[in-house]
Amino acid sequence: MELFLNQLLAGLATGGIYAAIALAIVMIYQAIDHLNFAQGEMAMFSTFIAWQLLQWGVPYWATFFLTIAVSFVGGIAIERIVFKPLKNAPVLSHIVVFIALFSVFNSLAGFIWDYSIKSFPSPFGGLHQVGMIAVTLLLLVGLYVFFQYTRIGLAMRAAAANPESARLVGVRVGWMVALGWGMAAAIGAVAGMMIAPVVFLEPNMMLSILLYGFAGAVVGGLTSPGGAVVGGFSVGILENLAGTYVPYVGSELKLTIALVLIVAVLVVKPSGLFGRRAVVRV
Amino acid sequence: MTTLLEAKNVAAFYGATKALHGVDLTLEEGSITTLLGANGAGKTTTLRALCGLIRTEGEIRFAGTRIDGRVTEDIVRLGIAHVPEGRGTFVRLTVEENLQLGAMTRRNRAEIAADIERVYEHFPRLKERRKQQAGTLSGGEQQMLAVGRALMLRPRLMLLDEPSFGLAPLVVQELFEILRTVNRESGVSLLLVEQNADLALEAADRAYLIETGRIVMAGSAAELRADEGVRRAYLGY
Amino acid sequence: MRRTALLLAALAVALALPLFLKNFTLFQLTLVMVYAVAILGLNLLTGFNGQFSLGHSAFYAIGAYTAAILMDKFDLPYPLTLPAAGAACLVVGFLFGLPALRLEGLYLALATFALAVATPQILKFSAFEDLTGGVQGITILKPDAPFGLPLSQDQWLYYFTLAVSIVMFWAASNLVSSRTGRALMAIRDNPLAARSMGVDTALYKSLAFGVSALYTGVAGALGAIVIQFVAPDSFTFFLAVSFFVGLVVGGVGWIPGALFGGLFILFVPNWAEHISKGLAWAVYGIILILLIYIMPSGAAGFVRAVTAKLQRRAS
Repeated sequence: MELFLNQLLAGLATGGIYAAIALAIVMIYQAIDHLNFAQGEMAMFSTFIAWQLLQWGVPYWATFFLTIAVSFVGGIAIERIVFKPLKNAPVLSHIVVFIALFSVFNSLAGFIWDYSIKSFPSPFGGLHQVGMIAVTLLLLVGLYVFFQYTRIGLAMRAAAANPESARLVGVRVGWMVALGWGMAAAIGAVAGMMIAPVVFLEPNMMLSILLYGFAGAVVGGLTSPGGAVVGGFSVGILENLAGTYVPYVGSELKLTIALVLIVAVLVVKPSGLFGRRAVVRV
Repeated sequence: MTTLLEAKNVAAFYGATKALHGVDLTLEEGSITTLLGANGAGKTTTLRALCGLIRTEGEIRFAGTRIDGRVTEDIVRLGIAHVPEGRGTFVRLTVEENLQLGAMTRRNRAEIAADIERVYEHFPRLKERRKQQAGTLSGGEQQMLAVGRALMLRPRLMLLDEPSFGLAPLVVQELFEILRTVNRESGVSLLLVEQNADLALEAADRAYLIETGRIVMAGSAAELRADEGVRRAYLGY
Repeated sequence: MRRTALLLAALAVALALPLFLKNFTLFQLTLVMVYAVAILGLNLLTGFNGQFSLGHSAFYAIGAYTAAILMDKFDLPYPLTLPAAGAACLVVGFLFGLPALRLEGLYLALATFALAVATPQILKFSAFEDLTGGVQGITILKPDAPFGLPLSQDQWLYYFTLAVSIVMFWAASNLVSSRTGRALMAIRDNPLAARSMGVDTALYKSLAFGVSALYTGVAGALGAIVIQFVAPDSFTFFLAVSFFVGLVVGGVGWIPGALFGGLFILFVPNWAEHISKGLAWAVYGIILILLIYIMPSGAAGFVRAVTAKLQRRAS
């Protein structure tokens, strides 16, 4: 029983990481209707920027907000420079560009800051895991309020759901997409700065986290930020419990088991646990 | 009467394909104008050209200013509301959010709230379903929502693309009654694209006939109704 | 007519190349063909049936391991490992296609991606170590040219792979223009309409998965023979992503595109490394972005645009 509780808590802690990144994923999915495969690398890059600022002696909270601001602007810049000219290209070509961005950020971070493992401070000291979960939940509430109760949040949802109709009511769809990128980059930066104290900072830190984050987002349902958070936590717990309790193969094939379970969830509930299927009349 | 919208020799393109070959249109302020034509004649294309959804050549003036080549989002801000083919419902948003979106270009919250109430007066059924996902509405209700959303702009001109499409005759009558009321009371000009020529000519002051991307006839609604060719081809008697 | 002439000319060039090229370049071109066959498999699934996969490295790995184990443990002659690898992947692909039927778009992408991520782990799994050689993998011998032909090993493998590739491409283009191919494309374009026309969409979609896996599996087997070595870490999700990049760069739904894709994923990373060692992948990413700028629909769109222009000039 005690082992179970310990594993559950450990799962919650790692789940918090996945939840944070899943939230960023759902965020950009809402804005651009795509999964961004470069999301993890963008978050990693933002975290390196924060690390650099800290090295230069900037205080933690100043660094925190400065990094968010820089990432926000950077996200918008990526959309304007890279994706806006490609808006008529096929979907699969967009995914290739995500892959390209992935390798650009990964390689660039390794080139600038090298591949050695760096430690990253936590503002919450010994209670980092709790602080991380609190930050994630705070972000979630903030996003909910933004999307549900502000005009610009409504405009963003409209632009993602039906771009042409959105233009016809005067929503500047291009800028909504750019804003979505900016916000996703900013949330990614927060996630990165929360994750880095746990997993340490290095260019490949996000690889498996991103995968679990995707899994969390998909399991929770890509249309639901709350679902993404729940999904992220469940994936973390699942991963830990599978590693402990599935006999013999558990520790070696932990990742595989978690993935199989996720696929199983999807086969039973194809739009995720909390995803909405749009009801459409023909 | 003053001219609200004037199109001179407008051509429009889908990619490299020319879909309109020099369309001329004049809409008077406060009038109801209808654009008739067979399937594929270029009616929808004309509406899409007027609000900048596709690439055009030629001159389009709205209330004296050139709008050709400007982006849709700016054209909308001048007061042109487009009720598109297929109604353009935001299916995952609620009915009320759909209406809110119609007022996206406006700032005054109190006025917006009042206008939503006005739309609900026109269409009481939308009020009943205000918190419902718009995708769950029936075809007729979605059409009303589309018109309501367009009204939320406080437009000077509404472009309506086949509002009667797929609706039961009674619903169509109700809808057209409301459109006439809006035109009369708020002075909103209407450009009405219809397959149902009979219905359209009855509502309209002026009419144009389009064939394969060209305007082939223009006149008062009564003149077109009296024309032998129009009667045979589009009215069916 | 002109198409046939073009194909014959390409064949003549392909046959003559070994006379002029170094063994290493030949080896690289052989790998290009191997990748092309793998990408062709992905294209059959994505391009012609509209199903998305980021997990084809798994089928490539199964093909490679099937070939390597059959040669290493059972002394099967290498040409016979290809049908065996193909058959194994057909079955696995078909079976994977069944649950995948319930998934679409991004969800399918995640499921296949999970498959790709899990593959190296399963290959390393200690219980299978006797068969798979664990982390070490399996080394196999490079075949000599048969019948005393005066060819080097690399030259022979080049011709062998060329022959297999020609058969595979020929079969694929026949498949696509057959009734089955039309059914696959109907499902891609409008699943509802396809079903109402009496197409058994579930069967065809699973079958598409199976055939696609077969192609990629044969490529995997060829790759194992050419490289003489299989190990879990050669088949990470990175390979799956490379196939996907190759597919899009070559052109989705255009059969010759696979060849362009193969060239791209083999040579461009090398070239990028040549430009800057430290920033190789950044250079690769930028080349990729620029390429999509210039040719948003890959080589397919580019070739179509050029031929359209030539035809307009001719008429």
